[in-house]
Amino acid sequence: MNWINWLNTFFTAPARQSGPDAITHRVTEHLALSGEALFYAALLAVPLGLLIGYTGRGAVAVTALTGVARALPTLGLVTLAVLVGGVTDTAILLPLVALAAPPVLVATVEGVRGTDPDLRDAALGIGLTNRQVLWQVCLPNALPTILSGLRTAAVQVIATATVAAYVGLGGLGRYVIDGLATRDFPATLGGALLVVLLAVATQLLFAGLIRYALPRGVRAQRAAGAETARSS
Amino acid sequence: MDGEPLVRWYWIGDHLAYLRDLTLDHAVIALVPVLIALLIAVPLGLACARFPRLYQPLSAVFNVVYALPSLAVFVVLIPYTGLATRATVMVPLTFYALAVLLPTTVDGLRSVPDSVRQAATAMGYGPWHRLSAVELPAAVPYLVSGLRVAAVSSISLAAVGALIGRGGLGYLFIDGFQRTFPTPIVAGIVLVAALALVTDLLLILARRLLAPWAVRPEAAR
Repeated sequence: MNWINWLNTFFTAPARQSGPDAITHRVTEHLALSGEALFYAALLAVPLGLLIGYTGRGAVAVTALTGVARALPTLGLVTLAVLVGGVTDTAILLPLVALAAPPVLVATVEGVRGTDPDLRDAALGIGLTNRQVLWQVCLPNALPTILSGLRTAAVQVIATATVAAYVGLGGLGRYVIDGLATRDFPATLGGALLVVLLAVATQLLFAGLIRYALPRGVRAQRAAGAETARSS
Repeated sequence: MDGEPLVRWYWIGDHLAYLRDLTLDHAVIALVPVLIALLIAVPLGLACARFPRLYQPLSAVFNVVYALPSLAVFVVLIPYTGLATRATVMVPLTFYALAVLLPTTVDGLRSVPDSVRQAATAMGYGPWHRLSAVELPAAVPYLVSGLRVAAVSSISLAAVGALIGRGGLGYLFIDGFQRTFPTPIVAGIVLVAALALVTDLLLILARRLLAPWAVRPEAAR
């Protein structure tokens, strides 16, 4: 099996141990880019989603907007952004945020709307203000759903950030793209494998967070009933 | 890119036939996998709805599949299906579409209340008749909303295939980038988005025709 040999070649090369092409450096770059994109996406989508979910207004606009955003090709946006603004991190952040924001927005709206109406009525009935209901009732209830939206977004961002290397930016895509350009198949394969590992690790991390974020009462309920609810 | 406008209209005028061919190629590369995935998802979904024990591991597997970066999968397939071939791009796209369609199919089939199923049986429907007359029609709205997500994602993902030499409209991004010429890139973005929106509208229309009673269950992803 020459796959093992390829991977061995890739991981043991001196260039992968230190310097700009070192694995630790590329992984850090990749995570920094992805994390930044996810942060901006959440900053944009979570407050908007809370507002729309709570008031129930603008849901149609959300559907239309997320549909359009899903249709935008990342590779096209990043090449255009580089031609217009030069090789900067912003060039890849814009398309990545456009990719990450829709699932977070949809999940936040769904999460807030999914709060039991009786619960909301009860909270209002005992004298909580709208703001308090949103922060103390709807948000904790929506948190697992919001986190699963963030998980979908994070995985897509980590997978897609690979494309950044095509326009000369860093990250794990460097191995994949440079490997393709120089017919260095071990590098391409190794880079691809690292991206997959990062994506899987992110999924596991979010799975843990979602478990933890579930309100204690709900967790007990779930444990009692059949755990059939799909979180995404 | 000093002084170069975003769009030079004459280039588009000169390349209409070329753009049309790329759009058709893109549609085939992106949408045939979705159709194949649909043909697999329905029987597989039926099996999963019958045997829930099968569904748990399958859905876990497809959750991981969904996380695989498309470019990485294309690259890994090159030794088997060849560089710059349609198959190299279409095989992974089929799996991505399946990852979206399988859960929606299962949700759709499970959406039939037990009372309805029992009523059908009481009226003398056999298992196959019940399936074709009750359960599958009930799943149609779910299937269509899954298809919408799968088709639109597939269309935008297919463009990445250009990096390994076969991405339909994605080629315009490579071409424009290498020549520091934004016109093809803008044309490519607009055509990819347009193809996605037209496909989406056709699917909405299909749902109206096939399931006029449906009250729009929105897809989770």
